[in-house]
Amino acid sequence: MNLSQLLLGQEAIIECVNDQDVYLKLLDLGCLPGARIRLTLIAPFGDPLAIQVAGSTLSLRRKDARSIQIRPI
Amino acid sequence: MPGSMHIALAGNPNSGKTTLFNALTGLSQKTGNFPGTTVEKKTGTISQKPKELIVTDLPGFYSMYPKGEDENVSVQAILGSLKKQHYDKIVFVADASNLKRSLLLCTQLVDLELPLVVALNMTDVAENKGIHIDADLLSRRLQVPVVKINARKSEGVKELVEEVKTRFPHPPTSYFPSNAEEKQIAEAVHKATGIKNYFANTLLARNTHLLGEEKASVQMLIAGLKFDPNAHQIDDSMERYARIEEILATVQKIDGEKAKRELSTKIDRILTHRVYGYLLFLLIFFSLFQAIFTLAEYPMTWIEQAFSWMSELVIHSLPPGIITNIVANGIIPGLGGVVVFLPQIMILFAFLTVLEDTGYMARVSFILDRLMRKLGLNGKSVVPLIGGMACAVASILTTRNIENKKERLITILVTPFMSCSARLPVYTVLISLIVDERYLFGFINIQGLLLLGMYLLGIIASLAFSFLLSFLIKQTEKNYFIMELPVYKWPVWRNIYYSMLNKSKDFVGEAGKVIVAVSIVLWFMGSYGPKADFERIEAKYARVQEKDSELNEASEKLEASYAGIFGKFIEPAIRPLGYDWKIGIALLSSLAAREVFVGTMSTLYSIGEDADMKTLKEKLQQATDSRTGKPVYTIPTALSLMVFYAFSLQCISTIAVTKRETGGWKWAIIQFVFMTVVAYLSSLIVYQALS
Repeated sequence: MNLSQLLLGQEAIIECVNDQDVYLKLLDLGCLPGARIRLTLIAPFGDPLAIQVAGSTLSLRRKDARSIQIRPI
Repeated sequence: MPGSMHIALAGNPNSGKTTLFNALTGLSQKTGNFPGTTVEKKTGTISQKPKELIVTDLPGFYSMYPKGEDENVSVQAILGSLKKQHYDKIVFVADASNLKRSLLLCTQLVDLELPLVVALNMTDVAENKGIHIDADLLSRRLQVPVVKINARKSEGVKELVEEVKTRFPHPPTSYFPSNAEEKQIAEAVHKATGIKNYFANTLLARNTHLLGEEKASVQMLIAGLKFDPNAHQIDDSMERYARIEEILATVQKIDGEKAKRELSTKIDRILTHRVYGYLLFLLIFFSLFQAIFTLAEYPMTWIEQAFSWMSELVIHSLPPGIITNIVANGIIPGLGGVVVFLPQIMILFAFLTVLEDTGYMARVSFILDRLMRKLGLNGKSVVPLIGGMACAVASILTTRNIENKKERLITILVTPFMSCSARLPVYTVLISLIVDERYLFGFINIQGLLLLGMYLLGIIASLAFSFLLSFLIKQTEKNYFIMELPVYKWPVWRNIYYSMLNKSKDFVGEAGKVIVAVSIVLWFMGSYGPKADFERIEAKYARVQEKDSELNEASEKLEASYAGIFGKFIEPAIRPLGYDWKIGIALLSSLAAREVFVGTMSTLYSIGEDADMKTLKEKLQQATDSRTGKPVYTIPTALSLMVFYAFSLQCISTIAVTKRETGGWKWAIIQFVFMTVVAYLSSLIVYQALS
């Protein structure tokens, strides 16, 4: 399952990131595999999304969210 | 300066770095650019004994692995300092509410063996989130001095300065090459540069462009070695985070989490709502324009009157002659034309700073990303585009944080279509000529509404052209859009104040020089011409002694002057747009900068004016076409002129910035030619359709 399939308010654990550019950027932002995330916002018309991770809120496009594999909790 | 200590402020974006900078340096700050770039560089001084401190505010960055141009500048400054010892100390501003991420960059700086002091900021935000940090323990774990500060309230700033002045031993580095290749690379760079630090050398190996004369030899040495920079970044970051977690486990206590954090999320639910979100966005920008028109009106009138009065004073108190004439009719009206913008520029930057500082601007990017993407842009393009309403030059610089090259290029190309503050005075003067000051429903200023229309025209043009460009420019890389939505904060008044002050200084400094120079040249061109013609006119009027003859003589002289000859030369090309030769002169002189238009008009219509100085508006209203005798500024001409200014690229600084930011003349020339053609054709259509 990937991040774009998560429902609003649902929590999950990041398992891996398939896109290397996205992965490198997320590393800088402190969003690592194993991190606990929560989908907090969906922009009007469904894109982009915002997740809460490690104390900050990050916004990312649905397309990028698809490369992030997660395990819901 | 010898005998002073150089300090750099480094830290993540939104860590309160600039707020600290303002608290530290106050009125001593100056803005400029980092050498060879257009990234804004802010420096300021702190007077201290025995040495004064010179502080540089580096653009915010997340790690020593830069992802965008802005981050690149900071990384370059830091790595450059390793070789030349440019900074005596680095103040790392850590965000206590997000310590884990801050420490990534912090430990990287430690490993570069740079003299470091950590300013632990935003502890109040952290406390609200239920995060308690033991600053002393953190200092012991990092082996670096840590000072708790509250930049917003200027707390802990004195203590920070004391620590900055004190020398501390370097902490041991924690970085070691993880494999044989990395070690070989680092040693190769070490051989070439003499830098001993392993971490610095692996960073330099991935950024060989930072090296000077050693570049070629380093590239040769590492060419044969296998080195995967991405794998290196991943390994390095993961190891660092593992150690950071270990430090945080003892230093940071978290209780009852979330509680307050929900507030930001609740605000977000409203501000990014599909109805309220957009409504609020429109409302905020609508009030911005109303504020610019209504609030700025009084100070602008005062400034205009003050400069008229100064001209008069010069004429009456100095002996008549050429110098008096240049000062009263060339320099003072020209300067007045610059200073009169200041109220509008200040209001605009005050608004933009509030929107940025509160965190609202990031939400605007968030709700508009999908729409912007359809147009070939990016949610982050919204900031440069909106900023384009203040100044395209400054805004093109803010495109540096758009990682995607194609989206960044399109943003740069269409930003000058947005109506910048330099067009504002042109619009203001022309609107006031064709519409009276009236109110709709008693509170909506009609002039303001027309102004809003001009801004909408700019917005529509820039969006339409970016849509067009998105098909014409090839995508060269993958794009992603990941950004932080910072926690909502109250704006810091001091930040707004300094932003207004700095932008005004920049504007008067930059535009002022050009405008004053252009005004003087124009005044000469308007006052002198081929000798034979001037003598003929003087001879003609020497005989007549009627009322008004002086005025007629002056206007005939203007027509015969060099400026007049030039204006007449281009008149056939601009006649179809409804312009006369005087407007031709103004168009040409505003090639340097648009705002020169108003200054030029003031100068042109001052030549031959007698002592009774009127405001520019009155002068323009009375202007008549020397050919037809009808008023020049009819509604079609004024609208056509407004459209011309809306679309044309009359700004040397923008051309220069586009050239620099796109790495060559190609796009700068394309942009200039394209915008000029669009401007000419649209004005032609407007004038021909209306007259």
